Amino acid sequence: MTGIRLDRVSYHYPGASAPALDDVSLTIEPGELVVIAGGSGSGKSTLLRAVSGLVPHFHGGTFAGAVTVGDLDTRTHGPGELAGTVGTLFQDPETQVVMGTVRAELGFGLRNRGLGDPAVARGVEEAALALGISPLLDRLTADLSGGELQRTALGAALAGRPAVLVLDEPTSQLDPVAGDELIGLLRRANEDADTTILLAEHRLERCLHAADRAIALDRGRIVCDGTPAEFLAWAVAHAPALATPGATLLAGVGCEPVAGVKGARSALRRRGLLPDAGTDADWAKSTSIPDKSTNRRWRRPRPHDQPALQLRGVWHELRSGPVLLRGVDLTLAPGERVALLGRNGAGKSTLLRHAAGLMQPTRGTVRAAGPVGLLMQNPGDYLVHERVCDEAAAAALRAVALDGPAFAQRHPRELSGGEKQRLALAVVLGDLEHDSAPAVLCLDEPTRGMDRDHKRSLAALLARLDGAVLVATHDTEFAASFAQRVLLLADGALIADGPAREVLSGGSYFVTETARILGGAGAALTPAQGIAALTGTAGAAAGPAVVKA
Amino acid sequence: MIYRRRASPLHAAAAAAASGWCAALAAATLIVSNPLVLGAALLAVLLGGGLAGVRHELMRALRWALPVALAIALINALVTRDGLTVIWRFGNLPIVGYSYITAEATAYGGVLGLRAVILILCGVLYTTCVDPDELLALFRRISYRSALSATLATRLVPLLGRDARRLADAQRCRPGPPPSRTALLRVATSNLLDRALDVAAALEVRGYATARQPPTRGAWGVRGWSRHDLAFAASAVAILGLSIGGRAAGLVGFSAYPSLSIATGIPAVALSAAILICAVAPFADRRGIVR
Repeated sequence: MTGIRLDRVSYHYPGASAPALDDVSLTIEPGELVVIAGGSGSGKSTLLRAVSGLVPHFHGGTFAGAVTVGDLDTRTHGPGELAGTVGTLFQDPETQVVMGTVRAELGFGLRNRGLGDPAVARGVEEAALALGISPLLDRLTADLSGGELQRTALGAALAGRPAVLVLDEPTSQLDPVAGDELIGLLRRANEDADTTILLAEHRLERCLHAADRAIALDRGRIVCDGTPAEFLAWAVAHAPALATPGATLLAGVGCEPVAGVKGARSALRRRGLLPDAGTDADWAKSTSIPDKSTNRRWRRPRPHDQPALQLRGVWHELRSGPVLLRGVDLTLAPGERVALLGRNGAGKSTLLRHAAGLMQPTRGTVRAAGPVGLLMQNPGDYLVHERVCDEAAAAALRAVALDGPAFAQRHPRELSGGEKQRLALAVVLGDLEHDSAPAVLCLDEPTRGMDRDHKRSLAALLARLDGAVLVATHDTEFAASFAQRVLLLADGALIADGPAREVLSGGSYFVTETARILGGAGAALTPAQGIAALTGTAGAAAGPAVVKA
Repeated sequence: MIYRRRASPLHAAAAAAASGWCAALAAATLIVSNPLVLGAALLAVLLGGGLAGVRHELMRALRWALPVALAIALINALVTRDGLTVIWRFGNLPIVGYSYITAEATAYGGVLGLRAVILILCGVLYTTCVDPDELLALFRRISYRSALSATLATRLVPLLGRDARRLADAQRCRPGPPPSRTALLRVATSNLLDRALDVAAALEVRGYATARQPPTRGAWGVRGWSRHDLAFAASAVAILGLSIGGRAAGLVGFSAYPSLSIATGIPAVALSAAILICAVAPFADRRGIVR
């Protein structure tokens, strides 16, 4: 079994003034599953890249200290030599998959290690069986969905059973179902083969329950290292942005934070705040908290309202057969905040593209009250100028808080991911001062790879906009933070359309962690609403709690 | 336009046999310039593509290959002064002087265009019917990294196409006047470099830089030749043999200048038919191929 040891590691990227890792010392025992937490730019990815040998061999820069994986020192062993010991999975599966078929992809690393055909075939079969992707083996990688592609990339990293697996936000592009599946697969690999796993994630509520240990980084330094429960207690006290919604909920009602829905429910039951298992369904139905916050009020648009966007019976059928949209009827009122949820490949992006006029329906009509802005998944595609101030109008830059002299002369490519997202949003907003602001703003997965602070800023920004907002997202917590109304799309058809608190509190996957813990009680989505539902405190949820039972 | 496994004998054949068959048709096109043989080769490619289930891809390629062929034929007719049969006189033109078009130059341009069409379609057949991963494994012992680079480059083409469409869509979403072409080129280039960097990092952590030779010979293992492998390999050898033999024996002569001379006798027709039959014959065996 192979452990990892970092001994006073400091690292500067080429040309960077601040260190990406700053005097990090760390020992990870063989067989541990460790979650690495931290905000954007905290050093999570750099730490993983140091373990896989990419830092410093691939990225260059200034490196001090030592990283040892098993008995391999990364100063003397590059990523190629470490590849037999360390399997690596990055965020974007599309750039990691290099071969034409899944079978060839799984065997690629094994062949590079010089293994013979029988060993390669065996490694491929074992990895495919372990991840349940045997039916995909002869499929073309170009035909795979996002979830399938990520599982294939994980299979390629796991083929040959590496002793260490490092994963950089592997669930960021996956829907909640595929994300949960991936975490389950990792836990299984960890338990079955004692694989040491380092997992960097922003959505900690997805993975912390599966971890043995959690490490928090801030500006390249370790600021917390403990069990998931210890980490959550620390996060609630010192870094609320890293605390999971469940931990915030538990801390709000005086319980010790624990990871996972099951643990949270047990803690609440021990404290008498949740009824025993078996009776909690009745309790959930009888508990309610009125939602009095003005930005949450929602009513279904009436026929005489002038809609900001109207889709009537929109179908999109490809010539080759597949149907992307199936008779979608949707009306957005001016100023409405709507989240569009669904699995990878459900048709969310297609729906947004129809709304923005980038695609024409094969049947049905799309009407908008004015220009429709669409911000797609890659903000970099919108940024074509040399200076931030040239990209968008002054009012739009002001709206996204990029109007200061600190930003005006900077090159857009120098901005952080969150800043790029805001700048692209400013581009799409147009000239707000000359009344050309979009009547509808559509955003496609805007929180991908964003930390919680940036998500909060984005939600606040969306709340300030005048037009209707339609956001396709996998992030139920983000949807709960800004949306009045939630649409659920499956196989191109709308299968749910209602107030956020109704849609996001029922079901198992497209729900927030708070709703999962409380079983939908009081339709509470956020920790504050959950606290109100549990304790009856009015202020917490911007309205008095009413327990009918 | 990418490789996609289909229920056809050509897809069932090993990469070596399938690519050899495509290469043999391309080589026959280059070896023999008799229009009868070229016509047979074109028919073979089209029939083969249809029987391999890539008819749509071939037709799509044909839509832009035909203008290319036409352009080649026209340019040859306009710039070549050889040939005895003048079919059009332009008279004295500025800069170029006295100009005319001959039937021989037009015919030779047509042959060149026909060759270009067949070569393009052979390339399409190869791209859509030969498994690139298997081919990469085939070249593993010879020049693994070069073969992988070629494979990656091939794979990056559709990815870059998607990137370009995404970029174009993003620009359509920008209010106001569209950005300059230079600005777009700059963005496209930097996106391309970012993607290349990501792919390079992925290759590094999967041991590409230290790739070692396998202990045993073989691509996906030392496997026997299937009947499809044998059929397509035999077909390739036959096509090459007939082309070389026919040319060496002077059975399929063609010369355009100074006057047109095309062998159209029974031997030329028989040889053309033989090439066509040899090329299409391996598709007759569909036993065991599941639709």
